[in-house]
Amino acid sequence: MIEARGLTKRFGALTAVDSVALRAVDGRITGLLGPNGAGKSTTLRMLYTVLAPDGGEAWIDGISVVHAPLEARRRMGVLPHGAGLYPNLTARENIEYFGTLQGLSRAVRRARAAELIERLEMATFADRPAKGFSQGQRVKTALARALIHQPRNVLLDEPTNGLDVMAVRTLRRLLGELRAEGHCILFSSHVMQEVAALCDEVIIIAAGTVIVQATPDELRARAGTQSLEEAFVRLVGLEGEGGPA
Amino acid sequence: MKAIWRVFRKEFGETLRERRSLITTLVVGPLLMPALIGVVLSLAIRHSGTPSSRPMALAVAHAERAPQLMAFLAQYGVRIEAVHADRRQSRRRVERSHGPLLYVPRDFGARLASGKPAALRLYADESNRAVQGRVRRLSTLIGLYGGTIARLRLVARGLDPQLLTPIALHPIDVSTPQSRAALALGMLSYAILFTMLMSGLYIAIDATAGERERGSLEPLLTMPVRREHLVYGKMLAACAMMVISLVLTVAAFAFAMRHIGLDRLGMSVNFGPAVAAGIVLGCLPLIPAGAALMTLVASFTRSYREAQTYVGLVLLIPTLPLIFASIMGLQPRAALMAVPSLSQHFIIMSLLRAQPLPALDIAISATVSLALGAVLMFLAGRLYRRENLLG
Ligand SMILES: Nc1ncnc2c1ncn2[C@@H]1O[C@H](COP(=O)(O)OP(=O)(O)O)[C@@H](O)[C@H]1O
Ligand SMILES: [Mg+2]
Repeated sequence: MIEARGLTKRFGALTAVDSVALRAVDGRITGLLGPNGAGKSTTLRMLYTVLAPDGGEAWIDGISVVHAPLEARRRMGVLPHGAGLYPNLTARENIEYFGTLQGLSRAVRRARAAELIERLEMATFADRPAKGFSQGQRVKTALARALIHQPRNVLLDEPTNGLDVMAVRTLRRLLGELRAEGHCILFSSHVMQEVAALCDEVIIIAAGTVIVQATPDELRARAGTQSLEEAFVRLVGLEGEGGPA
Repeated sequence: MKAIWRVFRKEFGETLRERRSLITTLVVGPLLMPALIGVVLSLAIRHSGTPSSRPMALAVAHAERAPQLMAFLAQYGVRIEAVHADRRQSRRRVERSHGPLLYVPRDFGARLASGKPAALRLYADESNRAVQGRVRRLSTLIGLYGGTIARLRLVARGLDPQLLTPIALHPIDVSTPQSRAALALGMLSYAILFTMLMSGLYIAIDATAGERERGSLEPLLTMPVRREHLVYGKMLAACAMMVISLVLTVAAFAFAMRHIGLDRLGMSVNFGPAVAAGIVLGCLPLIPAGAALMTLVASFTRSYREAQTYVGLVLLIPTLPLIFASIMGLQPRAALMAVPSLSQHFIIMSLLRAQPLPALDIAISATVSLALGAVLMFLAGRLYRRENLLG
């Protein structure tokens, strides 16, 4: 369960995120949708405690990211934008290293890494050094690494960027499984179709503010269109013209 | 605290697998440097041998006309090569870039016997520096031979040979073996400290600029570990690499110095295991400061390349005091022992020269260096907490 209220971040004169309120619940996939530069990454970074908010607060399973960041981090698995690996470590070692940092015992992290490697179909490259991995192999490794401590909440920043069709399918299947297991999943994307294909709930964000949080069906109804894409364009566009959302 | 150890283990393990950093740590430093300095020193030794002790070849035309002179020269290390040449051939021979040639005229023996000046012709191309040295040596030897004959003649006439020496100039060489060796030793301590610092460079840069550039910093920061603990672990790994490099470098130097015969330079270098261990112990306290300084500088840079440039420059800072010390001829004293890197230099020198420093000086060196290391590490931790670390 991820909640935020009044979340604000400024970079100098620019207010990148302006009083964002959102809620992502367990057992659902929530999509953070918005054009480039909308403030998706900045919002996620505040949620996963890499950036400190200038205003507002957020909670992971009720734990404040501002006041107890370490405790909050234990409850999150994070796939940041363009997640990089350690090139001299194998995929398996990359995954297990994060297990170590999460404080897992050797036996547990071994077992979990093996399980994730199988689940993400990584067997062919799991024991190769990460240097020279394809984008798909890298994302899979980074994802497995983020899940090694079996976090209740999973945050992903544009996870399908640069992935081929097969890798996207594996990712979608995995997110579906995680949802079925009751995890709370929050991911960002600027691609409408992707959000439509995966999400139970959509948060549309533009110019640092949340325009709407609703289910895809509600969105269509609200924009008065059958196409989600059309709904997205209209809703973002409305805001751009200064009209009500 | 456990997290520091976990980060340390991973960083250390990963570095041991990185060929580039391993080469710097284990090959360039500990092997190349001692080899390089060994070559330089052994060249210095070869060229520092007193000229008269080295054999010298000399072409002589008509050596048979001056057998006693030839015997005298041979006694002083001149290898006579008899050549058949008249005056003109002698000149041409030397012009075609041969070494000097001594021509003994036909009347040499007769003039010598009759007490008249007996001429010798020495053909040489004096624009050649090597030939100059040989000509000077030959002149000295022949002068010596002539002087001996002159004294014998005086004695034969009942005169005191001292009459021939109204003034005696005694040049007194005040350079001690130690002072002659100072430069070479300074180079050695420079090499030890530089290699030691070098070997921590890779991890120090990797901790910030490297992690950031390859995008592994952000996921790392989502781990439930305090940020400063991450950087402490990384700095410790850098320290470990530096310790390994230091031990290897000193061992390699100990080996090299034993085999190039420094005693021939007049250096009383006792580079045995005890001295080597002393050098390692004396340098250890500088390691945390070096690792932290490089990490600090790297965290201000925007890319790996930029970091390499700046940290490379920073590597020179600890070596500056050494250069000052050797230019200004600084001697160890308590105040200077409070300058990290300079104090390590003094410790290395004192051990090599077997002139032990007061225990207080060594304590000052260790304390100040370690304190500086602690402050810099703390600062690096603070910097790692900065938000814009991500760039
Ligand atoms: N570290 C930063 N420093 C300055 N400006 C930033 C920084 N990070 C993001 N921004 C700016 O904040 C705005 C939102 O960026 P971001 O959250 O990355 O958008 P998105 O992920 O939706 O594409 C953009 O205008 C971006 O240029
Ligand atoms: Mg983004």
